[in-house]
This record gives sequence, structure tokens and C-alpha cells, in this order.
Amino acid sequence: MVNLSVDIGRLTLKNPVMTASGTFGYGEEYSEFLDLNRLGAVVVKGLSPTPRQGNPVPRVVETPSGMLNAIGLQNIGIKAFVKEKLPFLRRFDTPVIANFFGDSVEEYVAAAGELSAAEGVAALEMNISCPNKQAGWIVFGTDPCAMKEVVSAVRKATTLPLIVKLSPNVTNIGFMGKVAEECGADAVSVMNTITGMVIDVKKRRPVLANNTGGLSGPAIRPVAVRMVWEVCRAVSIPVIGMGGIMTAGDALEFLIAGARAVAVGTANFVNPCATVEILEGIARFMEEEGISDINKLIGSLTVN
Amino acid sequence: MSKYFTAEITGNRFLNKYFKLLGLRSDEGPMLPEPGQFYMLQAGNTCDPLLKRPFSIFKQEENSLQFLYRVRGKGTRSLALMKEGDTLQVLGPLGNSYPLPEGDFIAVAGGIGLASLLPLLARCPAKAHFFYGARNRDELVMAVEAELLAKDMVIATDDGSAGRNGLITGALSDYLSSHPGTSALPVYACGPAPMLKALHRVIAEKGMRCYVSLEEHMACGVGACLGCVVKTTSGYKRVCKEGPVFDMEDIVW
Repeated sequence: MVNLSVDIGRLTLKNPVMTASGTFGYGEEYSEFLDLNRLGAVVVKGLSPTPRQGNPVPRVVETPSGMLNAIGLQNIGIKAFVKEKLPFLRRFDTPVIANFFGDSVEEYVAAAGELSAAEGVAALEMNISCPNKQAGWIVFGTDPCAMKEVVSAVRKATTLPLIVKLSPNVTNIGFMGKVAEECGADAVSVMNTITGMVIDVKKRRPVLANNTGGLSGPAIRPVAVRMVWEVCRAVSIPVIGMGGIMTAGDALEFLIAGARAVAVGTANFVNPCATVEILEGIARFMEEEGISDINKLIGSLTVN
Repeated sequence: MSKYFTAEITGNRFLNKYFKLLGLRSDEGPMLPEPGQFYMLQAGNTCDPLLKRPFSIFKQEENSLQFLYRVRGKGTRSLALMKEGDTLQVLGPLGNSYPLPEGDFIAVAGGIGLASLLPLLARCPAKAHFFYGARNRDELVMAVEAELLAKDMVIATDDGSAGRNGLITGALSDYLSSHPGTSALPVYACGPAPMLKALHRVIAEKGMRCYVSLEEHMACGVGACLGCVVKTTSGYKRVCKEGPVFDMEDIVW
């Protein structure tokens, strides 16, 4: 038996394999295919204080070894989540991490407050990749000043472990991680999707109704591994690694680069049992390599 | 109950220039999909194409499943290259199904929409007034099988190379006018968006009930990604979960 348990700040996970927000619904969509008890944590679809309708279709398009999505943060709202979805998730011995967002600092604070008051939310993950409408569509996640303001405000509004999900659409992601840490984040998730575009050449139009979307899947994995490595060197809080993880070998790259845990996203769409298969693969690798504790593997990278 | 399982390809042959019939066998036990339900099928052995593709169930027996598909894009071209004896990952059956008609009914298929409706015709033999539209005669497939299962059948092609010349919705409109009483029958439809839009006009004008199976870009097939939504009178609904079959009047056309 190997020890797979990891700590994300005050939150202890029985293993480092989580789901990535937006790729696992509210958990119940996949409960038919796997035992949610086996997961390190379930990160649910991004929530806002009020329900969101999302973007028109097409919302998704496949790309070489990946996909673009522009769902537009469609969600049922925090109240409906707490009433209709959370009771189901409470039945499992797996921490629930609520991903949330808002269009203003006030909305972020309101969302964090409401989720903190709900029974069964173990931690919060802030999606800061949305634009701040009040500040003229500056994206919270790419402008360090906007990010500082919103993360500091949310920090005051919750005592739950706070994870900030960083955008890769920046020049220096290590610096952004440092800003999150200084504002009181307990951990950072690295990374969100990379903005991309696919054009229908016959129509001379973008395929997605939203024109651009977020690229995910194995196509972005080397970028994500590099960004995790950079953030790990810049901050001293735990880093949760994600971006195109399909197999245990992929997850191991992130752990060795320094990620304390990993999140599986697009792979769930391809294989609903991906999370559990990745977890089993990590344990098998550790046994083969004679590593008894996953914490000895985390950050074990030797650079050339 | 849907399952995620490995299946072996028992056949993957061209029926004509465009259409292939894929046979799968699995020891997972009978899956008993209902007409209108679909499966997500792996299309290749690499990360490209990455996502599984949704296919209507065409035929099912004990441990075998059949899918009728048209070779069109990257996914179906990749699937078309797979051979007997190869294995692929399968997820399903998924989505809702056609509410079964109690008596005679009208079915309208456009192109590969036939694959979704033929199981309904098979479940209710000799009950369907079947309308089958295609671009041209080469784009017709399984017309003989459909005719054997239907009560009667009308074919229309855009270029007149088979059946009536023109749109299948025009043929339906004329039929309804010349066959009093048929306007009271429920309609089942699957086909390309322009056909469904034209059908909606016919249905709305006659005040008929219509169940329509929809298509949309799909990633997960289980309701998680929210990629495949359709606009309804009560907001966006997931084609993979609340659908693929919808009451036509609930859709915003």
C-alpha cells in the first residue's frame, strides 16, 4: 500500500486526483460510471449568485488533440446548487470544491459568502477568467490590480480554503500566482483554458457562436506542465495542476513538476472513468518505482 | 442505465458510396436501447480525433449493436477505417427516446436522419406513413428496408433522381391535404436543420403534434459539458440529456 494522501492548505485529500470544473457537471452526471468516493475531490461546474443562460451554439468544436469551448458559464445559480445538487454530493466521502465567479467584485464576494454558509462545501475555487464589467471588461485574471482587488475581497468573505484558478493568457503566470498568494489564497489552480479560435473557411466565420473559446485537452498539456513548474517556483502555497491530463503518466508529469494535486478535465468527456484509471495508474507507478509516499514524488523534478 | 464498455467490431462495411453499417459485439449483456437513443463511439485509436461521436442506435440484438452512419467529417472518416476485430470504447445508451405511438403515425427522415427513425418503424411495423428525403438517389440508403417496415412510403430528392422532385416537406404537405384525417396523426422527425424548420411550418399550420430528434456539437454525451444545448421556450436544454427527442413546439425555431 502506498500513501496517496495530500494536503491542500487545511484541506486533506485522500488522493491527489480531482475533477476540473466544468467537465464533471455537479458530480451526479458521472456517478453512474464511477464511485465518487474514490476521488480526491469533486470540483463542480462554476457557480454564480444568479443562474446564467450561457452562450448560443455552437459552443464546442473539436481541434487537433483538443477542443474549444465557449459555454458561457451556464449554471443553475448558487441557491439551486445548494438545494438540489449539494445533498447528493454530501452522501459521498469526498470533499466538494465549489468553483464560483461573478461579474463584479460584489458578486464574487456574495458568491463566496453564500457558498461558505452551505453545508458540505469543503473549499472554494475562484474562476477569475471573467471580465469585470464595472472596470470596462478588464479580465480579473489577467490584470494584476483587478486580481488583487477581487481576491483580497473574497479572502475577507470566507474562512474556507480558497483556491484561485489562474489564467494562462498572461505573460508571467508565476507573478500572477504570487499576487494570489499575497492576497491570501490558500492554493492556486494552474491552469484555465487557453483562448483560441477556429474558422470555417467556406463561411469566413468563426465556428463558435462566441467567436473565441477556451482550448483544452492534450494539445495544451506541455504548456500547462511548464506553467505549473513556473508557478511552483514562484509561490510557497500548494499548486493544483491541470491541462490536458488523459493518463496517469500525464498526471505524474504535473506532480513531479511540483503540483500537490491534479485535476482531470476534458478526459472525462472522452472516458467517463478517466479519473479512477489515472488514480490507479499513479498508485501502480509508485509501487513499481518503490515510492511509498506520494509527497516524496511531488516536486521531485531535477532540472537540466 | 448506461454503461461504458469495450466492444469488438464485427463488421464495418459500405452499403453504398456514402453510408456504412457498423456492427459491434460486447459481453456487457443486453443493453436494450429504445428507439431514438444514442451511443457515444470512439472514432480512432489516437488523441485525434479526441472526442467520441454520437450515433443513433440503428439495430440491437442480445449482445450486438448496429450503427448506420454517413462518412462525412473527421470522426466518421476515422471510424470508417476501423476493421473487423478492432475494439472500441462505447458509452450508452444515452438520452431519451421517441414516445411510442399508439396507432398509425407519420415519420419524416432527411438524409442520415433515417438511422434514428428506422428503429421506431421496426418497433411499430406497418404503422408509419414514411416520408424519406435526400439530396439525390445516391444519398438514399436502406429505402427497401424502410418500405418493408412502413405502411406506405414517399421518397423525395432535391434533384428528382429518385421519387418526387423537391423537398420532402412539400411532399408531406401535399399528402396531408389529399389524405383527410392524417393531420390528426403524431409526427416523428429527424433530419437536417433546414428540413426541420420547413417541417415546423407545416406542423404549426396544421396544428399537429411532432416529436423531433435533434443534433448538436457534443462533447461528453452525459449532460456534463453543456456543449450541446438547444434553445427551448423554457431556456437552453441539453440535447444529450433532456433530448435528443423534443416536442417540436417547445423548440425555438
